[in-house]
Amino acid sequence: MLNSSLLQLGAALRSKEISSVELTQLYLHRITALNSKLNAYITVNEEMSLAQARAADVQLAQSKTHALTGIPVAQKDIFCAMGWRTTCGSKMLSDFIAPYDAHVIEQFNRVGAVNLGKTNMDEFAMGSSNETSHFGNVKNPWNNNAVPGGSSGGSAAAVSAHLCAAATGTDTGGSIRQPAALCGISGLKPTYGVVSRYGMIAFASSLDQAGPMARSAEDLALLLNVMAGFDERDSTSLQRETEDYTRDLNKPLNGLRIGLPKEFFAAGLSADVAQAIEASIAEYKKLGATVIDISLPNSRLSIPVYYVLAPAEASSNLSRYDGVRYGYRTPEYTNLADMYEKSRAQGFGEEVKRRIMIGTYVLSHGYYDAYYLQAQKIRRLIAQDFVEAFKQCDVIMGPTTPTTAFNLAEKNDDPVQMYLSDIYTIAVNLAGLPGMSIPAGFSGNGLPVGLQIIGNYFDEARMLNVAHQYQQVTDWHTRTPQHIEV
Amino acid sequence: MSLSINDVYKVARLARLGMTEQEAQTAHAQLLNIFGLIAEMQAVDTNGITPMSHAQDISQRLREDRVTEHNQRELFQAAAPQIKKGLYLVPQVIE
Repeated sequence: MLNSSLLQLGAALRSKEISSVELTQLYLHRITALNSKLNAYITVNEEMSLAQARAADVQLAQSKTHALTGIPVAQKDIFCAMGWRTTCGSKMLSDFIAPYDAHVIEQFNRVGAVNLGKTNMDEFAMGSSNETSHFGNVKNPWNNNAVPGGSSGGSAAAVSAHLCAAATGTDTGGSIRQPAALCGISGLKPTYGVVSRYGMIAFASSLDQAGPMARSAEDLALLLNVMAGFDERDSTSLQRETEDYTRDLNKPLNGLRIGLPKEFFAAGLSADVAQAIEASIAEYKKLGATVIDISLPNSRLSIPVYYVLAPAEASSNLSRYDGVRYGYRTPEYTNLADMYEKSRAQGFGEEVKRRIMIGTYVLSHGYYDAYYLQAQKIRRLIAQDFVEAFKQCDVIMGPTTPTTAFNLAEKNDDPVQMYLSDIYTIAVNLAGLPGMSIPAGFSGNGLPVGLQIIGNYFDEARMLNVAHQYQQVTDWHTRTPQHIEV
Repeated sequence: MSLSINDVYKVARLARLGMTEQEAQTAHAQLLNIFGLIAEMQAVDTNGITPMSHAQDISQRLREDRVTEHNQRELFQAAAPQIKKGLYLVPQVIE
């Protein structure tokens, strides 16, 4: 059952081979046994999950079902879910019970999926290793001394260790794709605006985008069908025709043009990652694809640009945490300003404070043009590189990350080194393009390697097709870590 | 880039982040490193480039002028640190 695809699980539920309550209990049992080791979940609420499972079983009995009815899905703790503690990985929100549902949560509820729990994450999604979480770091199921990646590290570890059937994530600079790569699962960041940000706790609003994390491209397509859709409560949600993201999964790849950006294969890429990526490109050639060398000349600037724009937006978004309407309030204070400063100093962790400081500085008088405006101009140059590239190719491929999972605490004291681990993913967010990561092999020390697939705007169905066809001829995505038996 | 320790205090005050001397010194060193990374950006010629604030060139949607939200004060205030008679309590600001 644990190795089943979402389609197989759905069939098992509809044929009454297993009930949603039994399936939910199976996962809850696994979480009880393994979460103390992996720390993938911040909050589990058996009662609430089982109530949803019982409701799903009623729907299943009445045959009023959707592909995901009764399927237990782990939700990143960035999504507000009514009645659930929603912490965003922060002490600031450690007691916050969400009074409403995010659009993503509503969408899963609407089809009768079961919320299995809230997964661990870097605080306010700021981090690449899940070590900035107030609730402790998550361990990589493949090697418990290694990080799972971040910020959606809890979701990635939960999928990898079979602590859920599938999960959600969010991606501002690589936060779905990087942990998916480091934990050996599949993850998709859609085109900016495809999934509503309503009720998704804001980090950098012009970059934040939610997406699915699962074991295969086929599973991702089913999940995206539920997550995507117009929502008037998000001013940047796009009004588009509803798509079936599974529609192209089985198309052959004959004639597919794959662009390989030379910048993604330059110095800094580790040999074992390069080797796995080259092998997967060779596999694509066997499937009928042709390879074209391309260049994204401004992509080297994506990290500096990102570390101006994302903190600028974050410093503005996080100004709402003032200890007045919700969130942490310091126990002792002398006046209002003192209450603000102490509540924020005590409620936020080091990385969040660092980014608020960067953002406040680059937006301050005298520096706005030199930093913020300059970064926005280069953002356009980076986006234009992709426009040019997609005149020559259908998808762009390369590594998701320069190395496999690094060790816990390895980059903790050096923010700059941590920031550089997102070198291949950030440009995609700046351009607003869809990007995904799929398992593409292992390093010599047994850690997963992720292949990144970048598509043109709204080309998710094609990317899922490209990923699915690869997964028909390879078995990397079916491999599971050791020591996850219960 | 010449970020002084005084700038760090100034920015912390603007951001309403309390900071001890020790924390300010650590922040100073880390911010200098981060701005070293960002400095690469400054050399790029961006004359005539329109700043990109958003991934899609869309304009703000307008909606019909009708009531869509009803009063949920009690529900929303349940998350507040301190309330009294439906009001948020903060330290006195006007003498």
